[in-house]
Amino acid sequence: MRLTKTLLATTALTVAAGASATAQDMADSMTLVSWGGAYQDSQQKAYVEPYLAANPGVSVTWDESSAEAVAKLRAMTEAGNVTWDLVDAVASDAMRLCDEGLAMELDHDEVLAAAPDGTDASDDFGDLIVSDCFVPQIVYSTTFGYRTDMVPEGVDAPDSICDVFDLETYPGKRSLQKRPIDNMEWALYCDGVAKDELYDVLSTDEGVDRALAKLDTIKDQVVWWSAGAETPQLLADGEVFIGSTYNGRLFSAIAEQDQPIGMMWDLQSFDLDGWIVPAGLPEDRLARVLDFLKFATDTQRLADQAAYISYGPARDSSAPLVGKHAELGIDMAPHMPTDPANATNVHIYDYEWWADNRDDLDAKFQAWLAQ
Amino acid sequence: MAETGHNDAFVAFERVQKSYDGETLVVKDLNLSLPKGEFLTMLGPSGSGKTTCLMMLAGFETATHGEIKLDGVSINNIPPHKRGIGMVFQNYALFPHMTIAENLSFPLEVRKIGKSDREAKVKRALEMVEMGAFGGRRPAQLSGGQQQRVALARALVFEPELVLMDEPLGALDKQLREKMQFEITHLAHELGITTVYVTHDQTEALTMSDRVAVFNDGKIQQIAPPDELYESPQNSFVAQFIGENNTLEGTVKEINNGLALVQLDDGGLIDAKPVNVEKPGDRTLISIRPERVEFNRERLSPDAHTLKAEVVEFIYMGDIFRTRLRVAGTDEFIIKTRNAPDQRRLQPGEQIEIGWLPEDCRALDAT
Amino acid sequence: MSDTTDTGPVLAADGTPLKRSLRRALRAQKIRALALIAPLLIFVLVAFIAPIADMLFRSVENQIVGNTVPMTVEELRDWDGEAVPDEQVFRAMYFDLFLAAEAKEHTKLGSRLNYEESGVSSLFRTTGRDVDDMGEVFQDAFEEISSDFEEAQVWYDMMSGGDGVEGNERLLSNQVGRLEQLETETYSGDVGFVPGSAISDILPNTARAYSAFAAFTHFVDEDVVAEEEPWEAVYAALALDLEDPGTAAALANYDGPGADLLRQAAATDMPKVDMKSAFIESNKDWNRIEYWKVIKTYSPPYTTGYFLNAVDMEKTAEGIALRDEDERIYGILFKRTMFMSMVITCSCIALGYPVAWILANLPARTANLLMILVLLPFWTSLLVRTSAWKIMLQQQGVINDTLVWLGLVADESRLVMINNQFGTIVAMTHILLPFMILPMYSVMQTIPPSYLRAAKSLGATNWTAFWRVYFPQSVPGIGAGSILVFILAIGYYITPEIVGGTTGTFISNRIAYHISTSLNWGLAAALGSILLAVVLILYWAYDKIVGIDNVKLGG
Repeated sequence: MRLTKTLLATTALTVAAGASATAQDMADSMTLVSWGGAYQDSQQKAYVEPYLAANPGVSVTWDESSAEAVAKLRAMTEAGNVTWDLVDAVASDAMRLCDEGLAMELDHDEVLAAAPDGTDASDDFGDLIVSDCFVPQIVYSTTFGYRTDMVPEGVDAPDSICDVFDLETYPGKRSLQKRPIDNMEWALYCDGVAKDELYDVLSTDEGVDRALAKLDTIKDQVVWWSAGAETPQLLADGEVFIGSTYNGRLFSAIAEQDQPIGMMWDLQSFDLDGWIVPAGLPEDRLARVLDFLKFATDTQRLADQAAYISYGPARDSSAPLVGKHAELGIDMAPHMPTDPANATNVHIYDYEWWADNRDDLDAKFQAWLAQ
Repeated sequence: MAETGHNDAFVAFERVQKSYDGETLVVKDLNLSLPKGEFLTMLGPSGSGKTTCLMMLAGFETATHGEIKLDGVSINNIPPHKRGIGMVFQNYALFPHMTIAENLSFPLEVRKIGKSDREAKVKRALEMVEMGAFGGRRPAQLSGGQQQRVALARALVFEPELVLMDEPLGALDKQLREKMQFEITHLAHELGITTVYVTHDQTEALTMSDRVAVFNDGKIQQIAPPDELYESPQNSFVAQFIGENNTLEGTVKEINNGLALVQLDDGGLIDAKPVNVEKPGDRTLISIRPERVEFNRERLSPDAHTLKAEVVEFIYMGDIFRTRLRVAGTDEFIIKTRNAPDQRRLQPGEQIEIGWLPEDCRALDAT
Repeated sequence: MSDTTDTGPVLAADGTPLKRSLRRALRAQKIRALALIAPLLIFVLVAFIAPIADMLFRSVENQIVGNTVPMTVEELRDWDGEAVPDEQVFRAMYFDLFLAAEAKEHTKLGSRLNYEESGVSSLFRTTGRDVDDMGEVFQDAFEEISSDFEEAQVWYDMMSGGDGVEGNERLLSNQVGRLEQLETETYSGDVGFVPGSAISDILPNTARAYSAFAAFTHFVDEDVVAEEEPWEAVYAALALDLEDPGTAAALANYDGPGADLLRQAAATDMPKVDMKSAFIESNKDWNRIEYWKVIKTYSPPYTTGYFLNAVDMEKTAEGIALRDEDERIYGILFKRTMFMSMVITCSCIALGYPVAWILANLPARTANLLMILVLLPFWTSLLVRTSAWKIMLQQQGVINDTLVWLGLVADESRLVMINNQFGTIVAMTHILLPFMILPMYSVMQTIPPSYLRAAKSLGATNWTAFWRVYFPQSVPGIGAGSILVFILAIGYYITPEIVGGTTGTFISNRIAYHISTSLNWGLAAALGSILLAVVLILYWAYDKIVGIDNVKLGG
């Protein structure tokens, strides 16, 4: 695969010889790191294919390593041989990479395209630029899907996050991610803590105990997942009644595979996914990557991506451009986590807080799990 | 040939057949009986069925047909461990994880014999094979001969009335083998045990046994005491298998007064004792032991027929001389002479005349 | 052996001592042998020994604190831990943090210390952003006094003390050395700047800060020192130096470049250097004594902290203590890993023994065919096999469906067989079974059938013959298989991750978490080292009890 691409690229390069001077200073291949699956496909179609069409001499190799991006990039940097050019990472990983000096700090206004109306990139992305190293692409959410055919008779379908904790009305197994993030907040919220006080409460030992106590009420009914594909599978098999996962996974189970699954958006937890550029790239590779990055994160490209996957574009200016699903032809907007109808009650997780408290809470959470 | 079971037989095979694949018989209609206290050797080339017979007797193989009786009782359906037969295996099969004493103690333990009794018996058995000092060692620490003695002691320690030995001396060097041959026979007779011994070594069979059963092709070819087997083989297979032998092919010319005149294929005439030739005109293989060939004309009766021979090779072997001759078209004819002071040493190329006493030469079936 | 024997050394035919000629004869042979094993030796060293050594090193290595904030570590040495440290410590921290922030190393330190105390990460991150502002106050003040303070060349001349003066090489090389530690690089060559000895004596802080700036500018930014305006921290350092009443007196007799400028500044009222307030203003957590304790506790270059964490203990300023009960997890996981690995080993023995026995006693052709079936799992991906077990064992899975269909289990009380210890044991037993069968098989193959026959002929029943004669001889195979399976099992990670749920996970899942998610490689290395030690201890114990020479992988 890689060989063919390289061969094609070489041929193309010969054809395109004598192109602009700047293009010659750029490397003609890139290694992009992403998550594989439908998400990577959406990137391939929305950004990479148009970019390659415009730059025929360039070849792109994918590495499906985003799940271990931080560790791998650290290992590469320690070994002094960074082979990646652009890495897709969730915001918390991006912050960590930035803290570790593994990702390059960027001037967003300088390296990214402005919105069509001339708004600076930093304003167009707004708060979503959670780290100097991070260029957001999409807003996704971790939310719940449930089996419509397993809702008990005479009961409404679950429409509140606290229904997850209500075993009496909604008996059956739940699947939750095997980590404290989100679960602790949901538990506290359903234990009566106001949304804006969640992290204050969670900062105290009592607050942590309180959240775990709430989770204790459903602990023996929980299947804990660690890969995003697990919940859709568990739902499809009827192993669980309700489970959390990324909203795009649920969308494809519902819309593409016609599973009897319903979405429950209440207190969906917003998170971000975006690019980081590894620190210390050689100049020619860096030039190529920045060229691609500018293209791939412009308003149109981010809106295009939404035609392949139900994640919200990170630019404000992209939202009105979101159209229909590329194959199914259905309107994508109502399936976006950012759609006003879905986003009535959302949870925005505090990256700084989690960066500080993740290790500590994870130890406690794992100890609680193991008991 | 093979005798049918007597009533007083201790071990008896009655019309026993064995097939492994349902197509060919490895043992064909075997009848054999031996009285108590006899040392019987089953001798034969590999694949002749002798080991199969032994394994059927031990109980590790079942007879396809026929009955095997021990002390008058059919043991066909008795599992090996209840037959009470001692056995010595080809590679001794001493349990490597047990000491010598433990090995010997094993058959006593499974017979639930008390500890003190056990120890006494083990000690006695070890002393019997002169291995008293080795009780604490492991088999791997012993030499082949020592292991052999231990295996013997183990097969005897529970005082079985029948002991089977499956080529027990095969792995030993010649000197040790001869020593052990003597010891085993000695012990067997002293203890009065019935022994069935399997070997493919004819010297071993001849020196040890009361009787030898020569096996070939799933059948007993001859069963007889060693001297009879050597002196009077019943057929050409036995004649060739037991001891060294010169054979010459020919046709019976006439049979008179228990003497056959055989015309060899090159025309020479010689006397022989008819064993399984019936009438003139039968093809025959005459068989003469090398030590019975005489080349000193004076020692032969005047009317004896002789053959012309040419000395091909003279080999000095210490106690004997071995001379190879060209006789009647073959140059593999061997004669053996004692190294006596007055013995003539034949020179290669020398032309001599050879002959023998008619009763020493047996006219057998020509196969 | 004694060399002073009366007979003297034995000589070879040519008169050389026999020993020497023997040695010479053997040397060529040895070299050839060495050359033959060299590729493997090098491979093992590079691919096996080196990573283990690296892991052991990482589990105690803690140089980041001393390398990133060396002056602070120095100042904290005499801190009693009773109250928040004084201004002196904060000043050291300011200059340390400024350089670290320039090198973007401060957040690494924050992440490192955050493993020990939550919150340090954001402490360093936020204040790292503010150190510029803290110095800018002084920069503005100096530039108000004279615009000359904005000139890069003025600063350069001032700090180098002019042409031909005696230079303070030591100060510079100290700063280059610091930078090397910080960036873990080696620098060589001329910085293009040497602080003057005289000015270094008068303005020690400024000279140090400027030297650090110079080293950084030359080596990291690769710019010319004389052309760059100094960092805010240099202004802060100058303000600090001028606060000292002795400085003005010393300046009075100084006539190097910029002497007048400095005298002018010394005579002017400057904002007071109060780093403590500035830090606390930047992040009030600098007022928390726990954070300072963590910095002090973890300042030595080597630490037992990771190992203590790995056994549910922690290092506090007061000494070593057990962690809170709700944070103890590794003890549970180590015990569970040991226990489950033993259960898996035992079930492998129970299932594998009869199979190996059958294989060893069948005719070669049938045995080979069956052997392929045994090896078949090896040819399927681990992930596929594990996922298959999930489908088999889950509540809506094949086995439960069958049981419900047979009426053995009610539909609403389907058995829970996955995402727990049971599921892990089943899946791992299946996966590891070939590792048990193969050594057993090859040992059993070498046990001649005549032993069993001998035992039976000696009067043993089938069972006694097996138990007393066959089984003891097959023990080396069981031993080899058990060691193999057990050691593989305690390091297993994918299968417990997928089917282990919460009660079936192993210590290796935590190691993986610390490697790939929390990035706490030190702790992962410590956990790994403990696991390695456990394996070695078990191996040693096995050797003592059973004897390692009783382990056979084959004939």
